[in-house]
Amino acid sequence: MYQTTYHRPSSVDEAASLFAKGSDAKYLAGGHTLIPVMKQRLASPSDVIDLCKIKELVGIEPTGDGIMIKAATTHSDVASSETVQKAIPALAYLASLIGDPAVRHRGTIGGSLANNDPAADYPAAVLACGATVKTNKRSISADDFFKGLFSTALEDGEIITAVSFPVQDKAGYAKFNHPASRFALTGVFVAKTPAGDVRAAATGASQNGVMRVPAIEAALKANWSAAALDNVNISADGLMNDIHGTSDYRANLVKVMAQRAVTAAS
Amino acid sequence: MSTVKLTVNGKAVSAEVEDRTLLVHLLRDHLNLTGTHVGCDTSQCGACVVHIDGRAVKSCTVLAGQAAGSNVTTIEGIAKGDELHPMQAAFRDNHGLQCGYCTPGMIMSAIDIVHRHSGNLDEATVRHELEGNICRCTGYHNIVKAVLDAAGRMKVAQAAE
Repeated sequence: MYQTTYHRPSSVDEAASLFAKGSDAKYLAGGHTLIPVMKQRLASPSDVIDLCKIKELVGIEPTGDGIMIKAATTHSDVASSETVQKAIPALAYLASLIGDPAVRHRGTIGGSLANNDPAADYPAAVLACGATVKTNKRSISADDFFKGLFSTALEDGEIITAVSFPVQDKAGYAKFNHPASRFALTGVFVAKTPAGDVRAAATGASQNGVMRVPAIEAALKANWSAAALDNVNISADGLMNDIHGTSDYRANLVKVMAQRAVTAAS
Repeated sequence: MSTVKLTVNGKAVSAEVEDRTLLVHLLRDHLNLTGTHVGCDTSQCGACVVHIDGRAVKSCTVLAGQAAGSNVTTIEGIAKGDELHPMQAAFRDNHGLQCGYCTPGMIMSAIDIVHRHSGNLDEATVRHELEGNICRCTGYHNIVKAVLDAAGRMKVAQAAE
């Protein structure tokens, strides 16, 4: 790892001003992507600004129509939160599948979203639930937030402060685990709003990162059941094709994971 | 360079380290606590697991500065004098180690697992929960036996307190 300067601000404003002063600063959340990348010398930020000790960035709160998870809340805290388990149990379940227990003790929802790894779990839930990403500058809808591989709508220096999830009538997540990395070879989150709208999002599948799957959404809107997806055809165009699975294989996984997610949905 | 102050195994310590120093290197190179191992150095293998404020974490993926002000417990800090921690005793009694390289991380993860499950564990849960700890001797069978044995001992020890 190259030399860097570590900062531990106590407020979001202080973090943003430290970022502005650094020549090539990076925010540090749980660090389970950034630190490995720094160790490989693929990143060499002049300054790392630790967001995890900022009290206003930690915690889970019920809102009028759902829940708000603050950005530096760890995966293990989301997985074990009674508030999340009650409001959107599929979201708590998703958090319980990320990495391994030690990784879940450090990794955060804000860090996962800001990084937008194409095989990360949280982006699928955020996109399928139509969640809102709150930052120190504005609110960004899930449909506008994800911009492709490791790319988001966040501007330089912008900090995710929280994510608001509206409560769902039904929601489910199913993930085909990569056994070594524990990332999603493909994972699908399905959600049905109280008004009857259906959204489905797949991670680990597209070359451009998390994506909605209109064919699955249309079939489930007509008939919310795993069987309704039996004849749905998922195109392999634009899906990842690597040593872990071909694009055809992933296209099939999108359908099968969607069916399992519907079966698991509550 | 920064001065990092933290509590390690119940003692207040302070070290002058570069900001890029990882917690595992602070422990091993500056505090001479070499029980915590570096295996893969890529957050996969779990040989470096320690507890920060009671939670199992991979110390190769934490900057020393991130642990400042925290309570860190390593494999050296769990026995009471000459009396092994119940998890250590169970690993010995069940032959839960072969080469021993993964053992400190296994034990620190296993204690965390027992705490989180209030001692109510079955074999499938232990195997699943140990997914972030790799034993290259593939000695999982006796490791799992040891964790289940220790879960019982820790429950008894807790009830006696």
